[in-house]
Amino acid sequence: MSVTEGKVENKAERKLFKEQERLKKVKDAQKVKDRIISVFIGFFAIAWLFPIVWTFYSSLRPYKEIRAGGVLSFPKVLNFDNYTSAISRMELPTYFFNTALITLPAVFLILLLGSLMAFVVTRYSFRANVALLLLFTAGNLLPPQLVFIPVFKMYLAIGDLVGDRRFLYDSPLGVILIHVAFQMGFATFVLSSYMKTIPKEISESALVDGASVFTHFFRVMLPLLRPPLASLGVLMTTWIYNDFFWALVLMSTDSKRPITSGLGRLTGEFVTDYNLLAAGAMIAALPTMVVFFVLRKQFVSGLTLGATKG
Amino acid sequence: MKSSTTLDPVLQKLPKAKRRRSFSKRDRLTLGIFIGIPTFLHVALVWFPAAATIYLSFTYWTGIHIGDIQWAGLANYENIFFNTPIFWDALRVNVVWLIWFGAIATPLGILLAYQIDREIRGSKFYQAAYYLPVVLSLAVIGVIWNFLLRPDGLVNGLLGLEISEAVSFFGDDRYNIWVILTMASWRHIGYIMLLYLAGLKAVDASLREAASIDGATEWQSFRKVVFPTMKPVNVIVIVITIIESLRAFDLIYIIYGSSGGLPILGVLVFQNIAGEGASMKGAAYAVILFLLSIVPIIAYLRAQFKEDVK
Repeated sequence: MSVTEGKVENKAERKLFKEQERLKKVKDAQKVKDRIISVFIGFFAIAWLFPIVWTFYSSLRPYKEIRAGGVLSFPKVLNFDNYTSAISRMELPTYFFNTALITLPAVFLILLLGSLMAFVVTRYSFRANVALLLLFTAGNLLPPQLVFIPVFKMYLAIGDLVGDRRFLYDSPLGVILIHVAFQMGFATFVLSSYMKTIPKEISESALVDGASVFTHFFRVMLPLLRPPLASLGVLMTTWIYNDFFWALVLMSTDSKRPITSGLGRLTGEFVTDYNLLAAGAMIAALPTMVVFFVLRKQFVSGLTLGATKG
Repeated sequence: MKSSTTLDPVLQKLPKAKRRRSFSKRDRLTLGIFIGIPTFLHVALVWFPAAATIYLSFTYWTGIHIGDIQWAGLANYENIFFNTPIFWDALRVNVVWLIWFGAIATPLGILLAYQIDREIRGSKFYQAAYYLPVVLSLAVIGVIWNFLLRPDGLVNGLLGLEISEAVSFFGDDRYNIWVILTMASWRHIGYIMLLYLAGLKAVDASLREAASIDGATEWQSFRKVVFPTMKPVNVIVIVITIIESLRAFDLIYIIYGSSGGLPILGVLVFQNIAGEGASMKGAAYAVILFLLSIVPIIAYLRAQFKEDVK
């Protein structure tokens, strides 16, 4: 080994060593930074949860105690009394039943019709495909206020035609239909982008086997759509459950309203017992919280299916 | 599909590859039903009413007999622009809302997503904490925040103020808009974080690592490496930010009812289309709301359908 070669090797080694030093420094600096950021984010996360935790805590205390000693007084009584009386005095079971009566059929129809639409648009080639998809997606983005007046008049007119003014207006059916009409656009869009990722060969083999369109959809495609349908189902359930506008404007009888718009009315009525109202709000939030904790994956992927296409 | 019968003889003569598959009668019927029902429902309850509202916004109508509709030209719009000062107040609030969301809430959501994506310690918990408010209905959010901000709520309690001298956070014009924006951001930040996080998951982690090894600062690697690869999500985030700011309704309605303690377009439309004050001025308001959100809608559609149209 000659002297020069050794020098070169040495130089290269030193360079490598230096580079490693530098990388280590970068990584260490990153670690320190990460820790600081982590503390910050953690602090804010707790601040984020605080309003919910505080409402929950308050719902366990009788309002009398707060009237007497102020919000910061030490709790003498902590129990679920507010919950039991909220359920009976606010007629929460009725509101929950109303919500179910609207949400379940609406979600079912959205998923069914949305997947039918997406199926035809992606699996059969018509010239109108893109136009139809565009129509549905754009329709989904229109402000609900823009369609309200005519829908309201149409509902009343159809009611008169059928001989029952409350056939669509002030009836769960009317609210279901408007949700379906609007949200189908989103479902179609999401499902069609999912279907595009399913290999065409699957459809082709079904067609070669002589399957009818009907069989092709219900036997071949629908089972493959389970993951996006689950996500969409969870997302749509939360959306419709949380909807406020349509139930407010298309229903006039309070006892028919779903729980979220019912809560709006109760806010006015139970203004004298705020802790009772807190219990009511917690109960109203319970189903979506359960969805959140149990089906979080579906909820998130439902939201992002539409966001990150393909 | 419609043309396949009449064209069949012609198609027979074409080379086999170019020939469209012809459907049996039953299949054609099935396909017709598959797209017919959803399309009918969507057009009848979304597009037709939307068009009708646009027409009605140029008329006078009491909303009872169709025969009573009178052409009004631009009168409703003139009325809004020149004789309704509250419209400009509301527009100003919406613009403040948009600026707040665009400059503060949305960037914070993106920042959170970016930091949480690095899998810092406890990132699962942080994620959950930040997007818990996303699943809550705005009605519930109204009750929860009212708990903190009422005259005998926590904040006034902490400030040591008696009910008689308590700060009225919702009533006082100096505070109410900021209080409401805080409440709205509480939900919006989590929502944006969620969307962005899903997008970031798709960005190759090694890209970021490479950038930091090359000595790029955090900001540089975000701006130069991550942000450009996130274009589809960026479009959605921008669209959501604009649409939510312009259409804000639920939260304000929950707090103030239809009286409108804080003027905002969503509530103005509501006051003019529903209930006793209904007039075609409401239709004009709805059209204005629609026109304001048309730019983001088109941007979104363009981003989503660019490939399809080609």
